[in-house]
Parts: sequence; C-alpha cells; structure tokens
Amino acid sequence: MRRRLAYYLPTIVVFVGGILLWELLVRALNIERFLLPRPTDIIGAFGDNWELLRNAGINTLVEAVGGFAIGLTAGLAAALATSRFAVARSALLPFAIAANAVPIVAFAPIMNNWFGVTSPLSKMMIVAVLVFFPVMINVVRGLVSADAATLELMRSYAASELQILRRVRIPAALPYFFTALKVGATLSLIGAIVGEYFGGASEALGRVIVESAAFLRFSTAWAAIIIAAALGIAFYLLITALERVAMPWHASVRGAREG
Amino acid sequence: MSARLPADVGSVGVSGASPVASAGSSASGADRQIVAVRGVQKRFSIGGDTTLALEEVDLRVEAGEFVSLIGPSGCGKSTLLRIIGDLTAPSAGSVEVNGKPAHRARHDRDYGIVFQAPVLFDWRTIDSNVQLPLEIVGTPRRERAQRASEMLALVELSDFRRHHPWQLSGGMQQRAAIARALVLEPRLLLMDEPFGALDEMTRERMNDELLRIWERTGTTVIFVTHSIPEAVFLSSRVVIMSPRPGRITRIIPIDLPRPRDDATRETPRYFELVTEVREALRGGELRQPAQGKAADEAAGRLGT
Ligand SMILES: Nc1ncnc2c1ncn2[C@@H]1O[C@H](COP(=O)(O)OP(=O)(O)OP(=O)(O)O)[C@@H](O)[C@H]1O
Ligand SMILES: [Mg+2]
Repeated sequence: MRRRLAYYLPTIVVFVGGILLWELLVRALNIERFLLPRPTDIIGAFGDNWELLRNAGINTLVEAVGGFAIGLTAGLAAALATSRFAVARSALLPFAIAANAVPIVAFAPIMNNWFGVTSPLSKMMIVAVLVFFPVMINVVRGLVSADAATLELMRSYAASELQILRRVRIPAALPYFFTALKVGATLSLIGAIVGEYFGGASEALGRVIVESAAFLRFSTAWAAIIIAAALGIAFYLLITALERVAMPWHASVRGAREG
Repeated sequence: MSARLPADVGSVGVSGASPVASAGSSASGADRQIVAVRGVQKRFSIGGDTTLALEEVDLRVEAGEFVSLIGPSGCGKSTLLRIIGDLTAPSAGSVEVNGKPAHRARHDRDYGIVFQAPVLFDWRTIDSNVQLPLEIVGTPRRERAQRASEMLALVELSDFRRHHPWQLSGGMQQRAAIARALVLEPRLLLMDEPFGALDEMTRERMNDELLRIWERTGTTVIFVTHSIPEAVFLSSRVVIMSPRPGRITRIIPIDLPRPRDDATRETPRYFELVTEVREALRGGELRQPAQGKAADEAAGRLGT
C-alpha cells in the first residue's frame, strides 16, 4: 500500500500543483473568465448544473458503450470470418485499413440523418463505425500472428482448424484484441460527443458543451469536458483491468506486476 | 531394456546402395521397423530457383533405436525430420512410419516432436502445456491430469507444474517440451536440435536425462544435432549427412555399452568414435560400416 502511494505520489503532486497553478495564473494575469475559467468557477458550475451534467454524462456514456458494443461485435465477426479465409483477408483487409484512415466522424451528420438526430442510435452508429475498423484490423493481425513453430506443433498432433483456433489463434490474438479495445474505448467517447455536436437531445455532453459555449457559460462547458475526460479514462482503465485478468501471462502485464 | 532389440544393421540404407530392404528381413523384422525412408528427395522452389535440399535419402530405423542425424548446417537434417513427421511433403520417394504412410501415422499420433525452441504456450501452465496433446485427442480430464503428472515426474518437473513457461529456465522448458512430446506414448520421438540453445554443462545433463527417459519408455528416437559428442554419447547409430544436396554419406554404429553415464564420456572408445564421426563429417567419404563393427554393436547392446 505504501509502495503504491509512493508510485502514484508524483502524479498526484503534478495534478494538484497544476490546478493550483491554473487558479493562481488566471487570477494573477487577470485572464477573462470566458477565455479560461478558474478551477473554482468550474467546481461552482458542477454544483449549479449537477442534474444536467449527470444526465448528460449518463446519456453520452450509454451512446458510447452501446456503439462500442455494436462495433466490437461486428469487428470481431468480420475478423473471424476474414482470418479463416486467406482470400477474404487479402481482399478485404486493404479496404479496412484505408477506411480506418478516413476521418469517419466526418460522416456524423449523415448518420444523424439516417438514424434520427434525436435517437441515441444515430450516435451509437457513429461510434460503432469508429470502433469497427481498429477492432477488425487488430484482431485479424492477432489471429494470423501465431508463429510457424506453434502451428507446426499443432499440425504434428493433427489438430483440427477449430482446435487450432481455440487453443492457439485466439490466445495469440488476445494482446491485439485488448489494444483494439483500448483504442476503441477512447474513440467511442470521441464519436459520441462529436455526433452530438451535430444535433440531438440536449441532455448529452456534446450538446451541453456546444450550448454552454454558445451562451458564454464556459465554466459549464469545462465541467462537461471534465466529465467526458473522466468517463474516457474510466473506460480505458476498466479495459486495462480486464486485460490483466484475461491474460496474466502476457509480458506487458507481467512487467507491471513485477515492477 | 529387454524389449529393445539390437539394430538390424543389414537393413541400414545408404544413399546409392541398391535395394535397401534386406532380403532376409522377416515379418517380425518389418514389425520392428518404425521408420522407412525410401528414395526421398526434396526440392524447394523460390521464384525461379530450385534448391535440391535432399537427394535420394534412404533410411531405416528399428524399434527402440536411438538414431542421430548429423551434418553441416543447411544439409537438410530438419527437412528430413519434417518429412518423416509429415510436416512437409517429399518431392519424390516415400516415408513409412509404423508401417503406414507418414500422413496416416501423423493422424494416428504415432510420433511426438521436440523442436530447437520449446514452443510452449505462455498462457498455459507447464501442466496444461503437457496436457495439450491429450486435449486434442479428447482424453477425459481426470486421465489427462494423471498422464501429465506422470510425464512431469519423468522429466523431474513435478514441482513446477503450476508455473508458466517464462518462469522456467531454458533447460526446464525443453524438458517440459519432451514431456509433452511423450504424453501420448508415441512409438517414435523426433527431436530437432532440442538442446542446441543450451550451454555445454546443461546439455550434458539433458543428454543423461534423455537417455534415462529413452530407456524407461522404450521409444524410438530420431535426433538431429550439430554436436558430435552429443551424437556419439546418445546414439545407437549416427547418420552422417553431406552438404547440399543433402544425402546420407555414412552410418556409424555406436557400440558403447549401456547404460551410458559420465564415465562413458571418458572411455577411449568414446573418443575413438568421436574422432571417427568427425572424420566422416570432414571427409564425407562413402564407406560402408565394416561387418565386424556391426557385430560389435550387436554385442554391445546385448551386453547391457
Ligand atoms: N521452407 C523452405 N523453403 C525454401 N528452402 C528451404 C526451406 N526449408 C529449408 N530450405 C532449404 O533446404 C536446405 C536444408 O534446410 P534444413 O533446414 O533442412 O537444414 P538443416 O540441416 O536442418 O540445417 P541446420 O543445421 O542449420 O538447422 C537449406 O538449404 C535451406 O535453405
Ligand atoms: Mg535444422
């Protein structure tokens, strides 16, 4: 416990110090509040708009997680299907990689049109499309990453394709899968909020940010940004924790445990 | 020990020697024959170039033998081993394992294989790595645990069965790989430089252990190595291969008495044989083993 505290202490010091510095600088330099509110103002905004911020956080989180789940499922299915057939893989993977490079959030207004701007489904679909490609690409890479010696060993036991998939390919793909999940977790909140910028029900973080900014209530906008950041970080940490449980054998996790 | 019979030197196939199967080989002789490689060639084509990796290889291995393949790097030892294991197909010729085509033998899990790298799965414990082949053939859980723990006892890893591969030394990992290769009780064990990555001291210890395991299980072993002392110490016969295109140039019977131990490594006969193998590797001359030596070998094996 003490070692843990020692480990996190620098981070905590930087965090608290940074906020103090922010407060002091804004006061000392007399920066206009609408340009950069003081931390104390933002804390005040939390108090004043707590209900709105809480509901907005919940709604945005539901969109992000729902879209994440859809994108994840589709990405996994596509990965399993394409990795099984070399032809499908070489035919589809280049397109997936290209699509992944396209700024897909640019399609957000179109998704809003297709699935109804006020429906959370439109935001989920934006998130799903964002999450789909990194999941598919990474998992395909993982599934074909099993080394030649391992496959030769399985061949020496005349193992079936299904046995090889379960015992070799899927475990070998897990590290890639978790990398994809971490990328997807971050993207899912970005996707949901950007989707909300283009319209939707007003109890959502993206809407709160846009509308508060429009009315120069910047401390409220900042409060919403902080909630979005906290949700993103929490989502990410949750996946890191799952990763540790799912693959305690992996070098990245091992190193963390020994350190 | 008594189950093992002296090698039938008459059936030793040497490249170029015409009908290899000796006329005198009886029905029981065929039954004892675990591996029969006949006229095997292997060609690799990369782009327009073709490499002839193996040219006309003939080899017979009898039940209970310990046969080493030795030769310069790139002469096709691994290729020959992989052809015997049906991990790659020969370009010409045929391979029989346990009296059936190599393909059938692989599907019947007639052999176990150990590579230079241990190829253990990091996500499994040592115990569960050893159980892998049993899972593949669908052995019930309880029997699996039982068999794996017997094998781990055999390679003296019982205390490490809950460890993961990365928590073990290289030699221990290789012992786990041997346990896994033996867990289905195959009649044939194929080993491709299993101790190549180990230091000399560990290698000698592993050699002692391997002989002990071989004597206990009565498995037939085909063992690829770069090390002349290792080949001599372990083998009943040392098969010398020439550089590309790979072919068998000589087969040297090793008549050192068994059981062999550290003392064996200090006998004059051991040094003689090491020298003989070294010269055969250097010269690559085509000489048939003398009849007298074959008799010596038979006597040596019966005497143990
Ligand atoms: N998959 C392959 N494709 C093309 N050529 C190959 C392949 N595998 C082996 N060869 C060639 O066949 C020859 C024999 O290779 P092999 O691995 O059997 O040699 P080796 O005797 O085991 O060598 P070493 O002692 O270095 O392990 C080499 O010239 C090699 O380049
Ligand atoms: Mg080799």
